[in-house]
Amino acid sequence: MSYEELTERVRKIIAAAQHLPEEKITPDSTFEELGIDSLDGINILFAVESEFNINIPDDAAQNIRSVRDVVAGIAKLLESGSSGSKEAVQA
Amino acid sequence: MQHRVAVTGAGVICALGHNCKDFWQALCDARSGISPMQSIAPGSVRFENAAEVRGWDPAHHFDEKEIGLLDRFAQFGAVAARDAVADAGIEWTDSLRENTAIVTGSCVGGQTTEDEGFVNLYRKNIPRVNPLTIPRTMENAAASRISLEMGIFGPTYTVSTACSSANHAIGQAFWMVRNGVVQMAICGGSEAVFSLGFLKAWEAMRVVSPDTCRPFSKDRRGLILGEGAAMLVLEPLEAARARGARILGEIVGFGMSSDAHHITQPSSDGAARAMRRALSDGAIQAEDIGYINAHGTATQANDASETAAIRKAFGAHADRLWVSSTKSMHGHTLGAAGAIEAVATLLALQHGVLPPTANYNEPDPACDLDVIPNCARKAQVEYALSNSFAFGGLNAVLAFRKSGDTPG
Repeated sequence: MSYEELTERVRKIIAAAQHLPEEKITPDSTFEELGIDSLDGINILFAVESEFNINIPDDAAQNIRSVRDVVAGIAKLLESGSSGSKEAVQA
Repeated sequence: MQHRVAVTGAGVICALGHNCKDFWQALCDARSGISPMQSIAPGSVRFENAAEVRGWDPAHHFDEKEIGLLDRFAQFGAVAARDAVADAGIEWTDSLRENTAIVTGSCVGGQTTEDEGFVNLYRKNIPRVNPLTIPRTMENAAASRISLEMGIFGPTYTVSTACSSANHAIGQAFWMVRNGVVQMAICGGSEAVFSLGFLKAWEAMRVVSPDTCRPFSKDRRGLILGEGAAMLVLEPLEAARARGARILGEIVGFGMSSDAHHITQPSSDGAARAMRRALSDGAIQAEDIGYINAHGTATQANDASETAAIRKAFGAHADRLWVSSTKSMHGHTLGAAGAIEAVATLLALQHGVLPPTANYNEPDPACDLDVIPNCARKAQVEYALSNSFAFGGLNAVLAFRKSGDTPG
């Protein structure tokens, strides 16, 4: 999966979780700009964990504040292979 | 006519012990009851540690048939109430039984029983659920058990306001006794949280610490879940004195508020409002308060917000207050928290020793109060507050006064 594909999937997840039109969500959007508060944030991470079959540690979760952070976090977990996912990322 | 309200008995069961003496000793020694979880298999959730009640043998307190009817949370509540009543030296009469209230708090009731039933149903494909699941699970199970066991016929109910449950319950009981609605009240809270399903939900909230509970410390990483119960016996001060009862202390004020802000993020305005209401309900000046037993969960959000709230409510006096979170030792017992912390606060006033905030490492500019780091402090304090702030933005604050009577 390419970085672009990953970003697309993340945009879709956030759009669905936040009931936002997908075009509002760009790779550069911050959670603050999108009106995503801390509870929304953990809800999005929950959806991301389910979608990619990964476990995002609490410490990493705390530093996720933008779409780019989410994508980078997933890529890192998928690459490390510690997630239980068989998917690989070609960044 | 309003009565002054005395606390004449207390019972406590938590990770620090099964009685007030052990509980108080641990608080004075800054000894934490937090250790690796035994209730569920290691590795089942991201966090490893909890403040579990150890060495609990239901058979020591109940016969087999009774155990079948009582979830762990109700067992804790019933035994804490027994201990509180024994501590108060109550001699029951028909009239007293008729005029005693029971108000308990619980956040999740018998959810371990429920979890077990659902494991059987969904995982083991056992199509029948134990018929005692409903009476074991209901949040009022502890209150009902206390009523049945002691033959108490007065107003009996349970308050469920998440982490503020016990403070709301004690506050309701306090007002009933103060206003002469009842002659006596048994009140407090109980909780037993350690089932896999419930812990997974806490894991998903991402607020549980991976190591220990460090309230107000800059390196705090979240709360530690605990379990247990505490119950108090309340009666009018003059009646307690007339029967020669030992007075542990007084409850003098109760304040409630709602943040109307966010379902999980705290608001310092809401918390400050509840503290002010407790002071005004007790006709106490802010400057009279010497100690606050903080909600102090050790989440980033709570501790900073609570500090701001204390500053808003107390102004310059905030810098002359001692504030500590005993959750650093007995964990966050949710619906029992306010009750366990009420006992801690009463014992602190009685002994002239303020329990510390244990596990404290590093000052946080966002939590710049005297939080009594790591070592108990000798201090004679006349008035104290105990804060409880719940998810859902519901705040409940109790105000206590040291007993003027010589301890017996």
